[in-house]
Amino acid sequence: MGRTVLVTGVARPLVGRLVRRLLREPDVDRVVGVDSRAPEHRLGGAEFVPADIRHPVLARILVEHGIDTVMHMDVTGTPLARGGRAAVKENNVIGSMQLLGACQQAPRVRRLVVKSTTSVYGSAPRDPAVFTESTPPKALPSGGFAKDAVEVEGYVRGFARRRPDVAVCVLRFANILGPRVDTPLAEYLALPALPTVLGYDPRLQFVHEDDVLDVLLLAAGEPRRGTINSGTFNIAGEGVLLLSQAARRLGRPTVPVPLPAVTWVGSALRSAGMTDFSPEQIRLLTHGRVVETTQMRELLGFTPEYSTVETFADFAAGRAAGLLPPREVRRAVDAVGELLGLPGARTPVQADGVAKESVHDG
Amino acid sequence: MADAKVIPFDDDRSRGGGKPRRRSGAGRPRRPDGGGGAAGAEAALSALPGGQGSAAGESGGDGADDGAGESGADGGGAGRTGAAGAADGAASGGRTAPPGAEAAEAVAAALQNALMDALPRLLGGGWERKATDALSFLRRRLTGDYEVDEFGFDAELTDQVLVPLFRPVFEKYFRVTVKGVENIPDTGGALVVCNHSGVVPWDGLMAQVAVHDHHPADRHLRLLAADLVFMLPFVNQLARKGGHTLACADDAARLLARGEVVGVMPEGFKGIGKPFADRYKLQRFGRGGFVSTALRAGAPIVPCSIVGAEEIYPMIGNAKTVARLLGLPYFPVTPTFPWLGALGAVPLPTKWTIEFGEPIPTDGYPPEAADDPMLMFNLTDQVRETIQHTLYKLLVERRSVFF
Repeated sequence: MGRTVLVTGVARPLVGRLVRRLLREPDVDRVVGVDSRAPEHRLGGAEFVPADIRHPVLARILVEHGIDTVMHMDVTGTPLARGGRAAVKENNVIGSMQLLGACQQAPRVRRLVVKSTTSVYGSAPRDPAVFTESTPPKALPSGGFAKDAVEVEGYVRGFARRRPDVAVCVLRFANILGPRVDTPLAEYLALPALPTVLGYDPRLQFVHEDDVLDVLLLAAGEPRRGTINSGTFNIAGEGVLLLSQAARRLGRPTVPVPLPAVTWVGSALRSAGMTDFSPEQIRLLTHGRVVETTQMRELLGFTPEYSTVETFADFAAGRAAGLLPPREVRRAVDAVGELLGLPGARTPVQADGVAKESVHDG
Repeated sequence: MADAKVIPFDDDRSRGGGKPRRRSGAGRPRRPDGGGGAAGAEAALSALPGGQGSAAGESGGDGADDGAGESGADGGGAGRTGAAGAADGAASGGRTAPPGAEAAEAVAAALQNALMDALPRLLGGGWERKATDALSFLRRRLTGDYEVDEFGFDAELTDQVLVPLFRPVFEKYFRVTVKGVENIPDTGGALVVCNHSGVVPWDGLMAQVAVHDHHPADRHLRLLAADLVFMLPFVNQLARKGGHTLACADDAARLLARGEVVGVMPEGFKGIGKPFADRYKLQRFGRGGFVSTALRAGAPIVPCSIVGAEEIYPMIGNAKTVARLLGLPYFPVTPTFPWLGALGAVPLPTKWTIEFGEPIPTDGYPPEAADDPMLMFNLTDQVRETIQHTLYKLLVERRSVFF
């Protein structure tokens, strides 16, 4: 008999794709999607149950459908429709508690997969350059999605202690990007000019949306030979991209803003409805964050198809070119080369000077 | 410049304005430009009908008078400035064309011809290639098409811009003599342990240039810096791009595991912020954490002694209240700072020596040795003594603070 999977948060497009992928898995019999809001996208042959995960009705759903695998995808940073930050927090934290409580009462549950985030590590100047799964954060996230994720992970650890028979897998995703997702960071990168923190150039790491689905499927199934798919894993594409690099590759000019003023710009942008510029995102864009992915490769046995750079290229390809498209910039430099290269007068020295200027702004 | 060379201090002024040279190719930086600084200076002079170019040419000539291979390169640099002036002249000649168009064109053509003759002589045969290199560098930077490692280290920027920026300070201002750089292995991880002094961490930067420019295998010194560095705007991103990272066991172990040369100053703020009266007295070496990190990685420890950095800012007082207000570990008071403002922050031009000592192997110990406190204390003391004795030896050898 195949598996019966419950997926929370199916109203989100990425989770909808996960459901459709799950249905194609040979050993999956049924998929039950739960969300408080009806999804706008189709869920294939999956059964949709309109339910709020904060409600105890969840326990009944688990037993009625004979669920053996629970994929908790409903820990998110952005509200889907109405409701502000308070509603999101309520859903993230109380919803997770309810879900875990329901799982504890459901004897048939064998596997739990939780989508978390690398922002549980926070982001501070006193942090080591690279976080491993066991690095304690120097400064715990003070609020927002990151704090929710820290709390949810705490409940999940408690659940794992109480139900040692359930394989628990927590996947901490780096910033998810891709042609189709709309994460807060993707919204930020879509701004015509990118406000950055003056004097800081954070290191960023991305994971591609396709890799997210792949690794979630891997975690939902039985572990392959020689791998373990329970535990906590950082999921990120290989390599690092600086914010300045990312902006240039996108062709978007940056607007450096001194640190104290960043919060004002952030709230102005938020009230203009352009992007959700949370304090936690400002911290990320100040100090950056890089995680170690050895455990993902060696224990989980997962190698992302896209590196950080490739993920970003794929994301950039799906977006309109910015004000300074790299192709145009390259052509302009070539034109300068041709112009000066033929008479050959002042190329070396001038190019030197310009090169230095460009470095100063980066 | 691996040999100890004393350049009279007065000569620095004439060459101070020389532009930092770009490193060309993978080889040693100073040879390709050479081909005789005198020729370069002469070319710049002949190419130019006076103006700023001739001044630059003269300074190039001054450089050439010094003799020695190094000054040849210097002349080349100044000569290049001359070429820039010539190019400007050509351009302005072209712009004023309308009134006496023909005459101006003739002048421009003559200038251009002169330049076309001069450039290959100035920059060597491959000047077009250099121009192309510079443009492709510019293109890569402007389109973001370069790579950084997980620590944010930007090798290209460091090689092409950051080290060349500090190279004149290294070669002309502090006139650093480097000894024993071959004690750093050509491959694999190594932990370079330095003394720390001088109020502002010039010593770390100079050690980085020393390893970069003088090590035969072109290694990069990856320094471990205090968390203060990563809190300050601008400083933090330049530090990361220059290959520095936070001084913590995690980062050090990770760098050593990648086979990098890691530089650490175990004295920390105690060393760099000590009063002038305590110069060349090594402070406590932390808790010896660096030794256990090296032991776990099996990386050799290379003691490094830096003489000269202690006198760049003679710290005669520490304004603790100001320091506390600014959130700094100390606030230096020197005979010139803060009295002269920014001018007082110019370091004194002392003569430096950086000596890398015999490496202390750590791969002979069993893995559990890293948790043995007695062994850690012994090794820490050994490293500390080595550095202290080398410091005394170098101080005895030193003729004066400034020469």
